[in-house]
Amino acid sequence: MTEIRVVLPAHLRTLARVHGEVLVSVPEADITQRAVLDALESAFPVLGGTIRDRQTGKRRAFVRFYACEQDLSNEPPDAPLPLPVAAALAARTEPFLVVGAMAGG
Amino acid sequence: MTQVRVLAGTRKGAFVLTSDEKREKWAVSGPHFGGWEIYHLKGSPADPNRIYASQNTGWFGQVVQRSDDGGLTWEPVGNDFTYAGGDPGTHLWYDGTPKPWEFKRIWHLEPSKTDPDTVYAGAEDAALFKSTDGGVSWTELTGLRTHPTGPSWQPGAGGLCPHTIILQEPRIYVAISAAGTLRSDDGGETWRVINRGLLSDGIPDPDAEAGHCVHHVEAHPTKPDTLFMQKHWDVMRSDDAGENWTEISGNLPSDFGFPIGVHPHEEETLYVVPITSDSLHYPPDGALQVWRSRAGGNEWEPLTNGLPQRDCYVNVYRDAMSIDTLDDAGIYFGTTGGQVYCSADSGDSWAPIVRDLPAVLSVEVQVLP
Repeated sequence: MTEIRVVLPAHLRTLARVHGEVLVSVPEADITQRAVLDALESAFPVLGGTIRDRQTGKRRAFVRFYACEQDLSNEPPDAPLPLPVAAALAARTEPFLVVGAMAGG
Repeated sequence: MTQVRVLAGTRKGAFVLTSDEKREKWAVSGPHFGGWEIYHLKGSPADPNRIYASQNTGWFGQVVQRSDDGGLTWEPVGNDFTYAGGDPGTHLWYDGTPKPWEFKRIWHLEPSKTDPDTVYAGAEDAALFKSTDGGVSWTELTGLRTHPTGPSWQPGAGGLCPHTIILQEPRIYVAISAAGTLRSDDGGETWRVINRGLLSDGIPDPDAEAGHCVHHVEAHPTKPDTLFMQKHWDVMRSDDAGENWTEISGNLPSDFGFPIGVHPHEEETLYVVPITSDSLHYPPDGALQVWRSRAGGNEWEPLTNGLPQRDCYVNVYRDAMSIDTLDDAGIYFGTTGGQVYCSADSGDSWAPIVRDLPAVLSVEVQVLP
């Protein structure tokens, strides 16, 4: 297992009652969007349904996933993340960002 | 000393307003869940310090919060509102095509009168959920959504929302925009449409069995078969548990509106807030008025003392009126302009509790011994 830094948006930090980044553990050979989000929801069950729709499992429309200045939002959830991204996440030099999209007020 | 607690849900958080029985000086706590839309909060009649809150945003979806200390602290509980059955079927979409049922948000939470852990939730798209463990887990009562008329239900402008839940267990009433009113006599297992007497010009068949845009329904606590309804247009009453409805709009300046309230001690005293029209969601002539009938409808009087009578263009939403149970009943309502008004004399005079909250979505009041 390897630990990944995850940055949550303010509303979800409040809901999860955390400050700053959180660390989640994912299989070293399986750094995918789904693995990160599964680990996140496992560590913080209160986040279930807030990032991915409970019924469809799909990313909620106004949530985005970024890392290493790349938009990973529309990547297939089970596809391995691009090697440089996965390496940076595994090395914890970069975080996986869960972002509330710019939309409305 | 008796305490009065008003729970206000707004576009950007929840607020708890407290006073003594004089209802003159108020303390304001909040925002709780700042930045989130709070469609509804309601306390348990069986344990008033148990409060449930529906918290939602377009970004992060639905959360249900529970307080066990009267709103001082909160705990997120369950938000898994999965529609029962594999294929949920369809209802009508705005363009007339079938659309699969899909969960969007909880409009209304109705705690059991006897068990603090039992609470019902009205979900958009129109479905009724029940929890018996304090909101941790939810089970759909599928008989409502799978009613034979369900495939013909079409959302109103606000969505296909079950906004009214009246518990007279085992009897339950639910009202849905834009399906109408339904009644279950077996705890929510099976349902009957009860819309006879409703006339809606906005649908192809004005007296159709279903499809009416009911905005809110209230029952008097000691006269449970008498129901009062504010419909999209028309104020209605039924004296036979919804079997038949008659119009009681009478001399109202407009019979369009959203909330309706019933006095706790006077069975024939009602309150509505007339709104200009379905396209002009503000009071006629810019004058905010609650209208009261002491005759069970038809004869109405405007209540204006303390309410703005010029340049007022706010709306009052369907769940944003509540009435306390003190001897001199207190009437409360919240506006889209962020005011929460209180009358401590059954509507004769009014004063704002707060003036500048975010748009108020819901108001509920509790009287604490």
